[in-house]
Amino acid sequence: MINFQYSRASDVADAILLLTAHPGAKLIAGGTNLIDLMKENVEVPSRLIDVSRLPLRKIEETPDGGLRIGALVPNSDLAYHPLIEQRYPLLASAILAGASAQLRNMASVGGNLMQRTRCAYFYDTATPCNKRAPGSGCSAIDGLNRNHAILGTSVSCIATNPSDMSVALAALGALVHIAGPSGERTMALTDFHRLPGDTPHVDTNLEVGEIITAIELPPRGFGRNYSYLKIRDRLSYAFALVSVAAALELDGNAIREARVALGGVAHKPWRSLEAETALRGHAATLEHFSRAADLLLQGARAHAHNGFKIELARRAIVRTLTQAASATPQSQAHKKIA
Amino acid sequence: MNAYVGTSTSRVDGRAKVTGAAKYAGEFAADRLLHGFVVEATIPRGRIARLDTSQALKVKGVLDVLTHAHRPPLAGKDEAWKDEVAPEEGSPFRPLYDDGVKFNGQPIALVVAEDWETAKFAATLVRVGYQEEQAFATDLEAERGKAAEVKQPHKPRGDAAGALAASAVRHEADYFIPTEHHNPMELYATTVVWDGNGRLTVYDKTQGVQNVHRYLCNVFGKKPDDIRVLSPYVGGAFGSGLRPQYQVVLATLGALALKRSVRVVLTRQQMYGLGHRPATIEHLGLGAKPDGTLDAVTHEATAITSCYEDFARNDTGWAEQLYKSPNSRYSHKLVRLDVSTPSDMRAPGAASGVCALECAMDELAVALKLDPIELRLKCYSDSDQSEDLPYTSKQLRACYARGAEAFGWNRRNPTPRAMRDGKELVGWSMATGVWEALQMPVAVRIVLSANGHAEVSCAASDIGTGTYTIVAQVAADALGLPIENIDVRLADSTLPQAPVEGGSWMAASSAHAVLEAAEDIRRELALLASTMPSSPLAGVDAADVVLVDGTIAKDGEKSRAVSITDAMRHGKLERLEKQKLNHFAEDKSHARNTHSAVFAEVRVDEQLGVIRVTRIVSAVAAGRILNTKTGRSQIMGGVVWGIGMALHEETAMDHRFGRIMNANIAEYHIPANADIHDIDVIFVDERDHHINRLGVKGLGEIGIVGVPAAIANAVYHATGKRIRRFPITLDKLLA
Ligand SMILES: Cc1cc2nc3c(=O)[nH]c(=O)nc-3n(C[C@H](O)[C@H](O)[C@H](O)COP(=O)(O)OP(=O)(O)OC[C@H]3O[C@@H](n4cnc5c(N)ncnc54)[C@H](O)[C@@H]3O)c2cc1C
Ligand code: SF4
Repeated sequence: MINFQYSRASDVADAILLLTAHPGAKLIAGGTNLIDLMKENVEVPSRLIDVSRLPLRKIEETPDGGLRIGALVPNSDLAYHPLIEQRYPLLASAILAGASAQLRNMASVGGNLMQRTRCAYFYDTATPCNKRAPGSGCSAIDGLNRNHAILGTSVSCIATNPSDMSVALAALGALVHIAGPSGERTMALTDFHRLPGDTPHVDTNLEVGEIITAIELPPRGFGRNYSYLKIRDRLSYAFALVSVAAALELDGNAIREARVALGGVAHKPWRSLEAETALRGHAATLEHFSRAADLLLQGARAHAHNGFKIELARRAIVRTLTQAASATPQSQAHKKIA
Repeated sequence: MNAYVGTSTSRVDGRAKVTGAAKYAGEFAADRLLHGFVVEATIPRGRIARLDTSQALKVKGVLDVLTHAHRPPLAGKDEAWKDEVAPEEGSPFRPLYDDGVKFNGQPIALVVAEDWETAKFAATLVRVGYQEEQAFATDLEAERGKAAEVKQPHKPRGDAAGALAASAVRHEADYFIPTEHHNPMELYATTVVWDGNGRLTVYDKTQGVQNVHRYLCNVFGKKPDDIRVLSPYVGGAFGSGLRPQYQVVLATLGALALKRSVRVVLTRQQMYGLGHRPATIEHLGLGAKPDGTLDAVTHEATAITSCYEDFARNDTGWAEQLYKSPNSRYSHKLVRLDVSTPSDMRAPGAASGVCALECAMDELAVALKLDPIELRLKCYSDSDQSEDLPYTSKQLRACYARGAEAFGWNRRNPTPRAMRDGKELVGWSMATGVWEALQMPVAVRIVLSANGHAEVSCAASDIGTGTYTIVAQVAADALGLPIENIDVRLADSTLPQAPVEGGSWMAASSAHAVLEAAEDIRRELALLASTMPSSPLAGVDAADVVLVDGTIAKDGEKSRAVSITDAMRHGKLERLEKQKLNHFAEDKSHARNTHSAVFAEVRVDEQLGVIRVTRIVSAVAAGRILNTKTGRSQIMGGVVWGIGMALHEETAMDHRFGRIMNANIAEYHIPANADIHDIDVIFVDERDHHINRLGVKGLGEIGIVGVPAAIANAVYHATGKRIRRFPITLDKLLA
């Protein structure tokens, strides 16, 4: 770990000023990802700008019937908030599928969106990694890649995004509110994270000097037919091999609206509009779920150790859609798969 | 007499541990304490060509950076570096000795600073240039052909190869156990306190303070009185602390170089540069007659070791103890790789070897269409075949019976995939466990005070197993005092002799030393009491006198008693001190083992391959159980670890870099709470009149043995898939 400067931002504008004034500075919220990476010398910020006390902890209803969630709302507060539990249970479930209670208490919404990949080479400064040291090469492509991506990969990087929360947010069509030197803007969550391409060191479309201020959920909450299913190497406290967020609106057995997002398979939460279109207007049957799975996994590509993820994802998609359609969502407390 | 022995007694150190009063090696304070941070090698093999510490030394607060080229002297001969449990063959690792790099993660420098953060920061500024050797190897499977055979205790019997080839039913297969790391909760740490006169008090995380003491004296050329080693509490070690670890050398180097107290604490990541359970390919061959009697057993283990020491354990040969077979052959081979020397890890040898043996037995049972318990009873051996010795006791049959009953084995449908519950396939299976019942020379000192309190002391460590409690229980019973009056002191090199704590030998060994020292106390008190004026014990033979309820009494006649206090006052004794080395009658005519039968229920999601271990029943025969509470905890801990070994644990090495890629406990998986369901521990009554006075065998290792196999067999029973490569992760089931 290196020595660094520390400042506490007094408000959002101050945070932006500090970020712009100190290239090489990083925001710190809960610190559960950043500090780990600093201990490994993967992140070496010259300065930490502490945003943890900024007044971004509110969960408010928006005029159009959605919700606005401050960037500093702790993950646990969000998951257990009555409005989230009632109206967006998919989000609550995805958050509770992640990390541990202690980490969720510390972790913020903004930090969760910004958490970095768990690729082992990214974490080990003694090995080449394009994401950590651009141009040094990707050790995972010909190395240990059991946990790596099957979709949207590039020859530069095959890392995955580890966030569970983001997968649900992608399915729910959330917006990210951003403030920066040139004002405020919003971005669809599905546009927030990037594919690696030939710039794997850039995880998101957040610009230099910008800060996430809030997440906005549109009114549609899919409160009845939803499920978040996370498949991992132990029954709790492990990152997803594959996760699926499914949300449906049904008319009898006919699908009126469908959302499916995948985690653990790509550099960003993975959605396929084609797959969702293929579900819309059809009966909620295994056949249509399989078809959607095929469309979601179109172009999936395996490396030496992660080929199993393709079939696993296919089965998990079908299962999660089945859980959602029958309104028997996966419990995050009981590990038996519904 | 037995108010405590054999009961469920809570840990005497429990309160100190949960309130934080118990201090661990890295928590001892000292005046002007310095902190060391380790710099590690990032290549698996080669030489350090350049080690530039100038930038690190410029950091304010850094006092020195020790390297092989800049450090106090270290011993030059291998003998000095060989600790009590070092492998016979080879040359032990010497930290900061020369410019050689033998494994990735090897310590190559120690930055010493006024505080830990400064040392850690400065460590990032140490620049290292290597002369790398391209020809290195870390992959057991790739190097299997280079394996060389080592000596093993088990002699071949008959013509195993011929009998196996001719067997009516035969099963042969390789089972792969990956490298695993101990990951005790407490990080490896040493605090060396410098007293100003060159004497060192060393608080070290270790399983053997006297082992570390001798080692440090040898390595640093010190006299025994110059160094004192203490390790009052150990936050788990599981074998990783049997040998002195490198941080104790580094902290001592730092203290000697700077003439100040120094603490070195390893990070979790750095602990992956210590020992490990060696990756092993276990090749099993079983040949049987159609009725299930065995014709032949062959077991060949190929394990990894380092390039500088031959570490080999007894993986094979356990079938000698368990299953009758006229023909058998066992061999152990080592492949030398560019990794650190493996070390003992819970049930070393047996955890891996018996896992393979018990999976193979299950496969044989399937081939024979026999119930797995029936097969084991068919081949049940009442003697250790390797020396043809009867057992001091062996209640394994009762383990099978009690375990099967508790588990509900008779409701099992033997056909794989036949038991299901909704979307889950249910698998029920079992395996046998076996371990040794060892006892070692241990001495104990008892100091009885006239006020009826006793201090019992011994150099043995309590590595979390409950030694403090067991010593207190045995002493309280033997001295006839309430357990609150017993003060146990352990793990100080100046206390009476004890070997490293391991192999499940400490309970039996320390208990008998306590008994013998207490026996001397009893005799002396009897003498004192009988000579008191108008003593109720006058004329009573010392052999008929017992210590009970704080008194010296005639056996069976409690009213004829004198209080300990009165007797000692009468003799003008404030303290009565006795020290004794335990003594076990030599007995070469018996084999000594503990056994278990482990039953497992797994539930596997048929589509997704997600495995849940919903029930484990472990029926254990381990002689007399001194403390059912700590004993049960030992077995439960072993079961949990067995679940990890079956489903989770694997040190992932990138063989291109010769580097461990999951050197942290986020990615190196051990079971989480959600992975653990019902664990039922049954202690089978096993009265052993041969092994020792108390009939104690020891418990610790036995808890894990057999568990991984029972789970693997249950996964087969659930799914019809035989996974021979551990851990059993869901990708293997989907393949
Ligand atoms: C052992 C372990 C297991 C875990 N398991 C899971 C899991 O299973 N699933 C899962 O989803 N997550 C998991 N996590 C990750 C956890 O969710 C993240 O660490 C956490 O969400 C990060 O939030 P934070 O507030 O602590 O972020 P910090 O560590 O403070 O920051 C992370 C990054 O976000 C940036 N940042 C923070 N706030 C803002 C903002 N407002 N605007 C712009 N940038 C910002 C920081 O600059 C930094 O780069 C795990 C973490 C650990 C340590
Ligand atoms: S996959 Fe990406 S993060 Fe991992 S080594 Fe390759 S470039 Fe680095």
